[in-house]
Amino acid sequence: MTETKTVDIPVQNGDEDRYQLKLGPQHPATHGVLRVDLDLDGETIVECDPKVGYLHRGFEKLAEHRTFAQNIVLTDRLDYIAAMSNNVGYCEAVEKLLAIEVPERAKFLRVMVCEMSRISSHLLWLATHALDIGAMTVFLYCFREREVLLELFAELCGARLTTTYTRLGGVRQDVTHSIMAKLDQFVEKFPSCIEEYETMIDTNRIWLKRTIGIGQLSAEKAVDLCLTGASLRGSGVDYDVRKHMPYAAYDKMEFEVPVGETGDTYARYRCRMEELRQSNYILRQCIDMMPPGPIVGNDAPDLVMPIKPGKQLEVDVHAGNALFNLIEDRNVFMEGDIYVATEVPKGELGFYFISDGLGRPYRMHIRSPSFLHIGALGTMGKGVMVADLIAIIGTLDVVLGECDR
Amino acid sequence: MEKGGIAMGKMNNNLVQIADGIKIIPGASAIVAPLNKLINWGRAGSIWPATFGLACCAIEMMVAGSSTNDLDRFGIIFRASPRQADCLILAGTITKKMAPVVRRVYDQMPEPRYVLAMGSCACTGGVFDTYAVVQGADEFLPVDVYIPGCPPRPEALLQGLMKLQEKIMQEQGRWSQLV
Repeated sequence: MTETKTVDIPVQNGDEDRYQLKLGPQHPATHGVLRVDLDLDGETIVECDPKVGYLHRGFEKLAEHRTFAQNIVLTDRLDYIAAMSNNVGYCEAVEKLLAIEVPERAKFLRVMVCEMSRISSHLLWLATHALDIGAMTVFLYCFREREVLLELFAELCGARLTTTYTRLGGVRQDVTHSIMAKLDQFVEKFPSCIEEYETMIDTNRIWLKRTIGIGQLSAEKAVDLCLTGASLRGSGVDYDVRKHMPYAAYDKMEFEVPVGETGDTYARYRCRMEELRQSNYILRQCIDMMPPGPIVGNDAPDLVMPIKPGKQLEVDVHAGNALFNLIEDRNVFMEGDIYVATEVPKGELGFYFISDGLGRPYRMHIRSPSFLHIGALGTMGKGVMVADLIAIIGTLDVVLGECDR
Repeated sequence: MEKGGIAMGKMNNNLVQIADGIKIIPGASAIVAPLNKLINWGRAGSIWPATFGLACCAIEMMVAGSSTNDLDRFGIIFRASPRQADCLILAGTITKKMAPVVRRVYDQMPEPRYVLAMGSCACTGGVFDTYAVVQGADEFLPVDVYIPGCPPRPEALLQGLMKLQEKIMQEQGRWSQLV
């Protein structure tokens, strides 16, 4: 018989009763691979320390070795729940840098796919958030509608999640009548579906008890924590990039930005449900107002083939390269830096480029909303119960692919 | 006795094969099969994967588990704890920081255990040929089935799980000397 050894758990803060709990990275409620180190006093959290990086794939470094056009593929895998929004955000930024004009129809198509992905993202958020809190049925209902949108994406560009739909200067493929008819059907039916979800959970006492008053944030605090998207608007701050700095065809769209009052989990839930309705309304306008015309601009560069390994990328060597032709012919401003923000379902997604004129980003920084939202977890998680932390992780709507990059 | 013998003989003729080597006697609630086949049949019909999403593919895994594709009809039920799981679906990119955790989850699973590499990242590293990413799950885990795609459609995951079932049905002496 060997002697039983006791394991000393180091107590950093001097309190003997504290228990250290590592939540994740393998935990179904952490939405991927988030790890949260908790110091517990009973079941109350004293210290909450989110640890990220378990899905760090080196996007920003990878992007430095690819041309601007090739990097569109990478943006799919950032926020994989709403890949279309990332594609649009990236292309909007590069187009601004390279001064590429986008035709009207492409702008409308971009808005359309953005809103479709917003709906699919919010549906996934509702499904998983409700699942975390204990409502399984909502999950099945949400995925029913989400499947329709994903199949539409597949019909539009061949992929359900990793779409790579936008191109520099436009979009890849035009919509067919079949897609528009199916989307029209969806838009017609969707408001009744939202009501269905609300009936399921809005009168549920457990849902209300677990969301009302949980994770409360004042407007100042939310701004301090750099929250964006519905997480910020739930606290009563009216900030939406689509409205305040319109891109694509958002300036022609009519929609409201839902703003909450109380700043708790329930208010953020109400905001997102209202956003679903607004997105549906925008989709309706897209279908009605879709202008005819080309989907790719005249000065859009062709898709650039991969550079052979070991070959030095220089402008004169690759004279046949469409992107460089474009840069040479039109004398676009290629050296310098730019930051362009777009509104993705999670919040404000920004791309910051430093370009040295070689057709590749010298540095690409991604301001991902999820990363900043997880940063807020440390503050929001303090003093709550462990079960409420799960609700808070859910309400912040984080996706780790975008956070860790 | 003779009557019974005749009846048994009749039954033997009426045995219905429902899977490889597994026969049932209709109406009698009885199964006739060699033990190894019976155990394999049981294992193949109740693959319980650990709920372990890593990245993009996890979303498609969730879709596969939802009502459209419904993994439950194959006896595939997601378990939150690796201690209750038979199968690890590696759905997504495995980074170097995550690999020890994945290995630990695998080590926590009781035998028999199977590994499915879902998607390009788990198979080969995919587009992420970077400093942070493990170039394929088979660098540190014995992978049974590879499912290509970025991400694979839910149908592809179903196909992969069915391939795993086929593999389980052919097993002999892998997990113990007897069966």
